[in-house]
Amino acid sequence: MSRVLEVLRAGPLTTVQDRGRIGLAHLAVPRSGALDEPAWKLANRLVGNDEHAAALETTLAGPALRPRVSCHLAITGAWVPIDIDGRAAPWGIPFFVRAGQTVSIGTATRGLRAYVAVSGGFAVAPTLGSPATDLLSGLGHPPLRDGDTLPLGEPVGPPAVIASAPYPAPPTELHLRLILGPRHDWFTDDAISLLAGTTYSVTPVSNRIALRLHGTPIPRQATKELPSEGTVTGAVQVPADGHPLVFLKDHPTTVGYPIIGVVDPSDLSLCAQARPGTPVRFHLKTVPRDRRIRFPEERP
Amino acid sequence: MRTMLVGARALLVELDDRTAVDDLYAEIERRRVAGTLPRCEEVVPGARTVLLDGLTDPVALARDLTSWHIPRTEAPATALVEVPTVYDGADLAEVARYWEMTTREVIATHTGSRHRVAFCGFAPGFAYLTGLPPGRTVRRRPAPRSAVPTGAVGLADQYTGIYPRSSPGGWQLIGRTDLSLWDTGRVPAALLTPGTEVRFVEVPA
Repeated sequence: MSRVLEVLRAGPLTTVQDRGRIGLAHLAVPRSGALDEPAWKLANRLVGNDEHAAALETTLAGPALRPRVSCHLAITGAWVPIDIDGRAAPWGIPFFVRAGQTVSIGTATRGLRAYVAVSGGFAVAPTLGSPATDLLSGLGHPPLRDGDTLPLGEPVGPPAVIASAPYPAPPTELHLRLILGPRHDWFTDDAISLLAGTTYSVTPVSNRIALRLHGTPIPRQATKELPSEGTVTGAVQVPADGHPLVFLKDHPTTVGYPIIGVVDPSDLSLCAQARPGTPVRFHLKTVPRDRRIRFPEERP
Repeated sequence: MRTMLVGARALLVELDDRTAVDDLYAEIERRRVAGTLPRCEEVVPGARTVLLDGLTDPVALARDLTSWHIPRTEAPATALVEVPTVYDGADLAEVARYWEMTTREVIATHTGSRHRVAFCGFAPGFAYLTGLPPGRTVRRRPAPRSAVPTGAVGLADQYTGIYPRSSPGGWQLIGRTDLSLWDTGRVPAALLTPGTEVRFVEVPA
């Protein structure tokens, strides 16, 4: 019996994700990888995997999966209904699936992306060190299609024996801590106040590349062109139309519009769970005096 | 040199000119190979900047940077890559008009220049090559083409670029090459990495 899992129904967008591709941004290769890292790692720990093993990332509605070997599954992240051959299975803790049973994951009732870990992990062939699906550049395993079969690895440890895993609920509104820069000086103080004072809304064109926001447009002070420069996950870009977007893991490695600030890395898992329509507020984080960069020639 | 924090884990270093970017990038790579660079996940050169991402203490590195001795990069650190090119691009005549010269002179200008990969962006393995003579800039096409073929050689601003795979693109196309720019089975996957010296060689169609 081969260690594989059949995809009976792929769902609207289900991808293979792990840590992604590290150290290749200078070749214009996006990081990619699981958007909600804590949820992805928890799912792996629950089934006894290395926490960095490859898992599935679902989008709103989940897939139907049939493992051809008996295994443990754990599903975390967005709140999704789960059943095994029509009988309810638990969310957020590991459960046992016999070879040939069908695990069906429904539509999320809260949050957007669920993580499906299987004991042994998904042994999908890596591209540039990772199987992660990169929607910007098409690297990694393509999004799942009905009828795919995915190879599974050998289990490395026993599943967790717990009745529940405490975990924060997916957010219904986002409060994102923002460190200004590197190009906040391209904007007036009024524009920065506007960014901090506006309640934005997540638009339906958001994806793994960026969370695109709608609200009062941010006016730009400088109208010059920004020469291409490297950027990071969580960067808040203000394009020509003034509607900010938050770069997620499939973001382009260089940008031509100014980055007004960068979202705190620990708030990125919240962005991963934001459905269209979710309200978003930015909270400016002050950099403590001793953390500010000052050079001798710049002292007042 | 101007250093800016990019969130909690990254630094953006802005330099006065292109040469200073090349020099700093080369020095960072030297220190990385020598093991004297603090833990850092990504070093990404741009047109006027170098980004260092995945740092434990970006402020400490920003302070340390001011004391670095950064030698001028004279000889290319990496091998010279020759790009055999058929100069039959759809926009060659347009570039000739814009530069007020013949298409033969455009080809001579392009093959006679020493190009260098300034940085990569847009798509995996897409390199922005500098090296055209001063003033020989080119505007992007007013509307991008929906599909530019793999291996197309194009110009935009002061840069030359080669499309590693078919994609939409707005650069003025002057030619094409059969070289494999991007191969995920190769290390590195990109033929043209930052700092690489490039020469274009005209070949018959």
